[in-house]
Amino acid sequence: MNSLLEFLSLADPNVRFVVLGSVLLGMSSAVVGCFTFLRKRALLGDAIAHSILPGICLAFMVSGSKNPWILLAGAAVSGWLSVAAIDIITRKSKLKPDTAVGLVLSVFFGVGILLLTHIQHQGNASQAGLDKFLFGKAASMTSEDVLVFGGVGMLLLLVVIAFYKEFKLISFNPEFAKVIGLPVAFLEFLLATVTVLAVAVGIQAVGVVLMAALIISPAAAARFWTEKLAVMIVIAAIFGALSGVFGSFISFSAPSMPTGPWIVVALTVFVMISLLFAPQKGFVARWLRDGNNHEKILTENILKALYQIGEKARDFAGSRELAEIRERREFGPGELKRGLRILARRKLVVEAATGWRLTSLGLTESRRVVRLHRLWEMYLKEKIRLKEDHVHAGAEAIEHIITPEIERLLEEKLGFPERDPHNSEIPR
Amino acid sequence: MKNPIIEVHNLTVSYNKRPVLWDVDYELPPGQLIGVLGPNGSGKTTMLKTIMGLIRPDSGFVEVMGKKLDEVRDKVSYVPQRESVDWDFPANVMDVVLMGRYNPKHMFRRLSKEDRELAVAALEKVNMLPFAERQISQLSGGQQQRVFIARALARQADLYLMDEPFAGVDAASEESILELLTGMKAEGKSIMVVHHDLQTARNFFDWIILLNTSLVASGPVNEVFTEQNLQAAYGGKLTVLSQIADLVASKAFPLREKGLQDREKL
Amino acid sequence: MNEFYTILTGSLVAISCSLLGSFLILRKMAMVGDAISHAVLPGIVIAYLLGETREMIPMLIGAAAFGVLTTVLIELFHKKARLQTDASIGITFTFLFALGIILISAFAGQVDLDQDCVLYGDIAMVPLDLWITDAGLNLGPRQVWILGVNLLVVLAFILIGYKGLFITTFHEEYAATVGIAAGFWHYSLMSTVSLTTVVSFESVGAILVVAFLVVPPATAYLLTEKLPVMLGLSALFGVISAILGNMLATWLDGSIAGAMTAVAGGLFLLTFLFSPKQGILMRLKFR
Repeated sequence: MNSLLEFLSLADPNVRFVVLGSVLLGMSSAVVGCFTFLRKRALLGDAIAHSILPGICLAFMVSGSKNPWILLAGAAVSGWLSVAAIDIITRKSKLKPDTAVGLVLSVFFGVGILLLTHIQHQGNASQAGLDKFLFGKAASMTSEDVLVFGGVGMLLLLVVIAFYKEFKLISFNPEFAKVIGLPVAFLEFLLATVTVLAVAVGIQAVGVVLMAALIISPAAAARFWTEKLAVMIVIAAIFGALSGVFGSFISFSAPSMPTGPWIVVALTVFVMISLLFAPQKGFVARWLRDGNNHEKILTENILKALYQIGEKARDFAGSRELAEIRERREFGPGELKRGLRILARRKLVVEAATGWRLTSLGLTESRRVVRLHRLWEMYLKEKIRLKEDHVHAGAEAIEHIITPEIERLLEEKLGFPERDPHNSEIPR
Repeated sequence: MKNPIIEVHNLTVSYNKRPVLWDVDYELPPGQLIGVLGPNGSGKTTMLKTIMGLIRPDSGFVEVMGKKLDEVRDKVSYVPQRESVDWDFPANVMDVVLMGRYNPKHMFRRLSKEDRELAVAALEKVNMLPFAERQISQLSGGQQQRVFIARALARQADLYLMDEPFAGVDAASEESILELLTGMKAEGKSIMVVHHDLQTARNFFDWIILLNTSLVASGPVNEVFTEQNLQAAYGGKLTVLSQIADLVASKAFPLREKGLQDREKL
Repeated sequence: MNEFYTILTGSLVAISCSLLGSFLILRKMAMVGDAISHAVLPGIVIAYLLGETREMIPMLIGAAAFGVLTTVLIELFHKKARLQTDASIGITFTFLFALGIILISAFAGQVDLDQDCVLYGDIAMVPLDLWITDAGLNLGPRQVWILGVNLLVVLAFILIGYKGLFITTFHEEYAATVGIAAGFWHYSLMSTVSLTTVVSFESVGAILVVAFLVVPPATAYLLTEKLPVMLGLSALFGVISAILGNMLATWLDGSIAGAMTAVAGGLFLLTFLFSPKQGILMRLKFR
């Protein structure tokens, strides 16, 4: 607990650098990732991450220095080449995009490893630390690193904000973008460059292999919460930033632990949380909705059965025993009682000495359900031209879902019918 | 109808939770050339895939020759749309046609001489025998289609379901495919064909199924092709149905309760 | 002799991977292969942790189970959470790989694996780990035996299951209408890929596994339109990459796995440019 407080106070300047760096890296990758995700090229980030390595090695071999600007330039060039290579292979041969991605990724990385080990075996002392590019080094970022990589991250965020509308358009509707005269080729180039740079700086946090998570996971998690791109980007950025903070905290409190993998674990946790708890799209929301649907079907079916018994007996006020209701309609074990209790709570039925009866509120409601059922049967017969003995099953489902607007539409289309296909009255 | 070759009963099918076929209900006579027609998105392909057991319906059922599909699978043959495969796949015409002879019970056994003879005969029927060793990537659209039909023929089935066999084929291929179908009918086979061209349908088929997310009509050609039916099929979507379909999809509403299917009856 | 064993090891991995990879790229599952080869890491670390106390074969199978788990998770994300396939792949393999790295760090003292080794293996060490029987008989490097047996498993699987793999790869939907269990063939292939990844991991690392799964089959695919020829050619390209890669590594004094990958990439580049039918230069010429 103490270490958490100490960490959060940001008193240690090293901690401040690491946190600031991780947050900026996480955010910029997450924001750029939203676009690759929506363009269904999520694994492009993975390919770029692997392809950066030979560029870094060559930049070091040529310049002999580990200046972050020089390494970044090398990374950007080879990252860019990999994007171009994937594009050319997919367009000019019968190879499919996934093969092209896997091919470029492994070949560039293999060449990178060859160069890296070659450099290492030269015994050049200044190379030490070059392999940090493989696994990330969030925990050991220096102020210069943060300045460079954080700076690039900031720049990327600004570019995305400046070109937000254009990027949005080429992600959703590139044809339309072309038609209205946007410079699509330039925008594609810009977006690819932004992606390459985001990956190049993001690797500092998590390393080559795990970089894909920094690009994909925040966007995938954010997608569960919203249908709006702007909101999605903000949520993704928050997930990215929080994971960065979490990763730096872990390596602060347990220095033997690698930062990158913990950032990825945090990101995966955000994906799982979103998958479970996001409103509407989350599993829990879906379970609840299924439960509600089921409850609605159950209670409305009970109301309908009570109405039908009343209709036959020409008495809607009498109370009915469970056996009588079951004769009218089958219910799963325990379901009938459960449904009746729910209806009683809503004051649609009351329990009497000899069973259950509809309240006046319940009668109105049951009449509505029966009306919808019979209207839909009429619709199936008249407009879908089903035979009389086939209309019932379809109506059993749809009666529960018809809204008042559709009810009105149905009545108009059918000319306000009074009787259903089985010649029962359609109650008003 | 006596001994229908296919019986479709109250079939409702959804795609991504949205119903695309509503309460479809019909029986088909055996030994006929049956055309399935309707506008784009009217559920023609979905219908065929449901019959072939590739899509599970939300409600209703299909019977083929009075039985469940699994019991008569050997007697049913399916010709999917040409676009459903990657024609760059490294295989030749013979390889593809021989797939028609694959039997799930004998997956580890080599194909027999008889299998090869049946494949050759099937290729001969579609006039593709000279192309037997041709790589499939080098075929024209009409030739690809004929290879798919030959694969189906090699199964020696009694019922054939074909998804758009006339789509994108040249006039010569169309002619030869039609001739083939007529010949198959003469041998007593039943053939159900998804088709997109109203003009030619009248001459091609004996029986027509007209779809527009629900069944508009099913019957002999002359009875089905009425002004009123065509208006119902091609005059636009039914507004009520598509509104309900949207509601069902957005609320993930179950179209049939579990465990209570078809049991209750008014 | 050591050099011979290095090349033999590389070739055994190359043949197994290229044969399986041919089916993967035709199924448009190249990146699933990539995902599996990273995601078996936690399984391997756990196998190491259990160490000498268990039988080797059950441990290999246990580790391979993580590969199959990967494909199950990818499908779950895709089908149940309705995430697009490539995003499901990315999320799944990065998580499992991260888990593996964390396990390595947490049990650093007990696991003889480091991060470098995970990525590009230590093929030069293979000839040093000899299998010596109780009677003192030297049977050669242990790893070569393991990889050899794995190659036999792969060959048997492809020979016996050729029809099933062929029809489900070409047309899964059609296979289903004939009554062939597409799922069985899918998971058999995934299991074999996982097993191959696990046994290859120690000697060549994740990156060479991915490279051999994808690059030689892609090269062969550009040169032929016959599946048996494609299988043969990709195995051949794999072996050539292993031999030339070993020479390149010696010359440059660098990673053997990296050099083998680089040679495989070079072969692809040559084919891509000069293949008689598919090469882009040839097409330019005849335009």
